Amino acid sequence: MNAQAYFARHAQTLVGSLGRIVHHPFATLMTMGVVAVALALPLFLNLLLSNVRNATGNWNEAFDLSIYMDKKAGAERTAALAKLLRQRGDVAAVRIITADQAFKEFRDNSGFGDALDALTDNPLPDTLIVTPTLLASTPQGTDLLKAAIAGMADVQTVQLDTDWVKRLHGMLDILRRVVLLTGALLGAGVVLIVGNTIRLDILNRRAEIEVMKLVGASDGFARRPFLYSGIWYGLGGGLMALILVALAAVILAKPVNELAKLYGSPFHLEGLNFATAASVLGVAVGLAWLGSWLAATRHIRGIDPI
Amino acid sequence: MIRFDQVFKRYANGREALSGVSFSIAAGELAFLTGHSGAGKSSILKLIALIERPSRGQVIINNQNTSRIKPRGIPQFRRQLGVVFQDHKLLHDRPVADNVALPLIIAGVPRREIDKRVRAALDQVGLLGKEKSLPLELSTGEQQRVGIARSIVAKPALLIADEPTGNLDPELALEIMKLFKRFNEVGVTVVVATHDVHLIEQFGARRIVLGHGRVTDAGERAAEGGGHGEGKGEGEGNGKGVTIEAHRP
Repeated sequence: MNAQAYFARHAQTLVGSLGRIVHHPFATLMTMGVVAVALALPLFLNLLLSNVRNATGNWNEAFDLSIYMDKKAGAERTAALAKLLRQRGDVAAVRIITADQAFKEFRDNSGFGDALDALTDNPLPDTLIVTPTLLASTPQGTDLLKAAIAGMADVQTVQLDTDWVKRLHGMLDILRRVVLLTGALLGAGVVLIVGNTIRLDILNRRAEIEVMKLVGASDGFARRPFLYSGIWYGLGGGLMALILVALAAVILAKPVNELAKLYGSPFHLEGLNFATAASVLGVAVGLAWLGSWLAATRHIRGIDPI
Repeated sequence: MIRFDQVFKRYANGREALSGVSFSIAAGELAFLTGHSGAGKSSILKLIALIERPSRGQVIINNQNTSRIKPRGIPQFRRQLGVVFQDHKLLHDRPVADNVALPLIIAGVPRREIDKRVRAALDQVGLLGKEKSLPLELSTGEQQRVGIARSIVAKPALLIADEPTGNLDPELALEIMKLFKRFNEVGVTVVVATHDVHLIEQFGARRIVLGHGRVTDAGERAAEGGGHGEGKGEGEGNGKGVTIEAHRP
């Protein structure tokens, strides 16, 4: 058999198997629907997770370090330290709050104005607010930066509240694993669902497979249309899953954007991109193919002409 | 073309269908397997088509010892023979042309060649023009002829048929038998299992008579059946093939 005839035959089987499953639209849509739901759930969780990550990425002021200067340092040395810090690769910005500014702000906002007026001396130090670069905005990165700054001259204290950031990252890590586990379980579900559908299909067409074997068909030949059916189930289920998740994203987009506005955040919900959609379809087809291969290989071998 | 040496076949339920059957059929012969139902006709055809394996003894088809053919090799082996069934075994969800084309599709014959050979096969059985009909739209006799067209479309050297006229009235049955005769005349070895003794009396062909799992009459080898040089002088005609102990362990 030459290559052209070979591919023509495969194309013919591919189209033929599509025709066959379209012939039973209700059963086909049911199978595709189950595949779609099984794929949509982990996909949707993953979408939420990556959006939460984006959101916390936007809040990187939470990672700012406050550096309280030694009272004896003075404005010049504070400015020099700020300049030095700005040259670091892991520092995005440095803002100076002088002792006077801080005192004025505190007096205006705290309500202790009169009591503070009684002080002869400003008890507040000069302060530097250091914003790490996005790359350095991890718990480890900020810890390193904190340690480096704490060892510098004129620095009294470096304050960084990373506990909640660490907890958030811990939670996101657990969530990520939950998504992976859910995905793996539901992926196995897709293999079983498609496998079972193909098994029933083979039982229904037992007589036909017997005839094919009688006139010299190999198991591989008899199996081929079922593998293509599996591929169609995967493709259809994958497309339906993408539609489901896109719909969910559309429904959630408006309230999420309004919530973000209330927090003054530029955050907005990210939908599916092309690469994700393509890999979802790839995974769907792969799992469905595996399911149909397992079922077809096992059950077609068991059919012998009588 | 076909040689059975001391073949025994015992099924899983303990029934012994064949008890030491020996006979041979030369290339180009037309032979009828007859006997009452249960005499072992179907078992012999199943052993030829490798649907069953002998419990003991050897079956040699086209110079191949079938006991040496592994399950993986069965599809390739079956493509060398045409098989006709009493119940036609057609695929009812596709048209006549697709049914007839099946062996060619399986063998990987190019599409254009397939169309040509399907039409030629349908022409030989007198069904040209019925390509697009579904099997169930045809009469029983026509369905059987579709089955015969399918069995010859790949031009096998050996054609076997199991009660091909079982469901047909005498007139149609005769027509079908004449078809087999015609294939034989162009060189195909044809083995037909049938219980219809009256029908085959009209053909001057060899009869192998079976009874209770044994050959009771191996018949006369037809004169034109020589030339292949196989099985000469091996227990031919003595019914039980006792001259050779050829079973494998």
